[in-house]
Amino acid sequence: MSPDAYLSLASILFAIGAAGVLLRRNAIIAFMSIELMLNAANLAFVTAARAWGNLDGQVVAFFVMVVAAAEVVVGLAIIMTIFRSRQSTSVDETSLLRW
Amino acid sequence: MTTTLLLLVLLAPALGAAVLLLGGRRTNAWGPLAAIGVMGAATAGALALFGAMLTRPAAERPVGVLLYEWLAVGDLRVPFGLYLDQLSMSFVLLITIVGTLIHVYSLGYMAHDPDRRLFFGYLNLFVAAMLLLVLADNYLLLYVGWEGVGLASYLLIGFYRRRASAATAAKKAFLINRVGDFGLSVAIMVMFTMIGAVTFSAVDAGIVAMPGWVPLVLGLLLLLAAAGKSAQFPLQAWLFDAMEGPTPVSALIHAATMVTAGVYLIVRSAAIYDLSETARTAVIVVGGISILFGAIVGSARDDIKKALAGSTMSQIGYMVLAAGLGPIGYVFAIFHLLTHGFFKANLFLGAGSVMHGMNDEVNMRRYGGLAWVMRLTFITFLIGYLAIIGVPPFAGFYSKDSIIEAALAHSWTAGIVAWLGAGLTAMYMTRMVMMTFLTKRRWQPDAHPHESPPVMIIPMALLALGSAVLGYLLVMNDAFEHWLEPVTGFVHEDPPLAMPIVYGITFGVVGLGVLIGVLANLHPAAEAPTRVNPLVRAARADLYGDAINEGLFMRPGQVLTAATVITDRRIVDGAVMAVADLSTGAGDQLRRVENGFVRSYSLALVAGAVIVLAALLLLRIA
Repeated sequence: MSPDAYLSLASILFAIGAAGVLLRRNAIIAFMSIELMLNAANLAFVTAARAWGNLDGQVVAFFVMVVAAAEVVVGLAIIMTIFRSRQSTSVDETSLLRW
Repeated sequence: MTTTLLLLVLLAPALGAAVLLLGGRRTNAWGPLAAIGVMGAATAGALALFGAMLTRPAAERPVGVLLYEWLAVGDLRVPFGLYLDQLSMSFVLLITIVGTLIHVYSLGYMAHDPDRRLFFGYLNLFVAAMLLLVLADNYLLLYVGWEGVGLASYLLIGFYRRRASAATAAKKAFLINRVGDFGLSVAIMVMFTMIGAVTFSAVDAGIVAMPGWVPLVLGLLLLLAAAGKSAQFPLQAWLFDAMEGPTPVSALIHAATMVTAGVYLIVRSAAIYDLSETARTAVIVVGGISILFGAIVGSARDDIKKALAGSTMSQIGYMVLAAGLGPIGYVFAIFHLLTHGFFKANLFLGAGSVMHGMNDEVNMRRYGGLAWVMRLTFITFLIGYLAIIGVPPFAGFYSKDSIIEAALAHSWTAGIVAWLGAGLTAMYMTRMVMMTFLTKRRWQPDAHPHESPPVMIIPMALLALGSAVLGYLLVMNDAFEHWLEPVTGFVHEDPPLAMPIVYGITFGVVGLGVLIGVLANLHPAAEAPTRVNPLVRAARADLYGDAINEGLFMRPGQVLTAATVITDRRIVDGAVMAVADLSTGAGDQLRRVENGFVRSYSLALVAGAVIVLAALLLLRIA
């Protein structure tokens, strides 16, 4: 099988995710976009594992999922806390930590 | 025995100074008496030493005492040693006797001063330092005493420290003395590098083998030191201002003892000056100029103490001139120094007594007719006057006449300067006596002159006795020449004129001086005349000594410091501050990047990743 289609799909998904992070203000949406990028990477890893015929890529994909799960826990907790204090999830409003 | 006595003489005043200055207010009540007590002990010790020295034959008279090795660095060995020979003995006697009398006098003069304990402490400190100066057996230890008397002089000139002029005068004396001290310190360095030793005996022995420039350079450097300490031209300006100090200080330090330290230094270094004709000529020139300079200033000042200061400068000029004459003069320099110590201290104490009775008035134009109010002061002052102008048989006649003869034997110029100085001395001293004690009263309305208490009169009387008889005592059987000859050497040379002619001319100029002094001051004005000839105007301004110092040294110095400050602020500090400003400025601009927007940080990340990827791709294609 040719990995080209899978890799193309992974690239498209990554680009969509990156665009979402850069363009959307809503923290939840940005967060989802990050997950999309992670999964695009997972897809690329799995494709590569399949193409090379070993399990390294699959192992990395599992690690990424574990990390993503942990990140969701922490990230959503932060977003919840910010929402409680500011009644908003806009990432542009939480810009106090600057020069 | 000798060691014990020497230590007693040296340490008694030092102990007095330590107790009075460290003891604080607790010693207020008995401090002045204790100071006089230690002076008495030192005098007794000095007299005992003198008696013991007289019993020994001339060759065995000098004694050296090595207390301990002071400095031992490489080949240089500097002992903390004392050396008492006929020369230092003369000084020790002068310092202790005149010092004790002036201490006693101060008891009366300073009776109403709240700080008199401090005053006596400083006086003791001065005596201790001066004794160390004359008893040291090497130049380095002499330098310690030299600086010690400078310090005591500074403290005592500025004794009335609430008066701004006194503080300025003290600073001026200190600074000008530094110039002279520079000469002494460099001279010691030259001795160390060239001869490798600084003790008098080693230098005297080693200098003979040196190349010709060493004695010349050493002689000129020591002359610089002597000029600073002895207020000789061109470092004379501080002496006139030094009269800001209490009058006993002027008598002890700025007339009788400290200012003669320069003469001591030159005579002590006789072995160096014997080897350099040029250095000796320089000494003669400095002494000659100082004789006339001091006398001219003394003739024009109305301030009695400043007129006496001019006289001191002039008389020390005689000593320096005599010292510059070499072996024909050393003895007479010290002879005149001793008699001058007595009669000038006597005159200063007389001036102090007059001031004491006249509400501290120093302007002679406000005096007049005091001879009938202050009889005893007048009589002692008159004896001092007769001594200084050189009327036989008073002390000044023998010492000054000896110098005139020696100067004539050396050269006509030196002799004529000495004669001229003698005439001027007679003139300004007559003027002083006329304006102060004779002529009609020009007192301020609130002046109620009265005779001083016995505690002041007795020291004056004893000094007057010394002024009267000391010269004759020392000149009898050529006693002083034989006494000092083993130390300094003595060669007698006859002047080119027969003795009666020399005496005749001397008496002629002195008589002329007295006559002018009397005639010009029969009716002195209560206010100083303003329309005067340029010479008087110059003399009143101390012959522009201050103006020259200001124009030549002070103003350029101020410009230099101002320029240095500007360089430091603008250029050195400027460079540092520019670097600092640059980094803070750059930081200010760069931190704007941290704007707090998460999306902008992400954009930077993505852009960075894209750039890296693009670079990799480009490399692959290339």
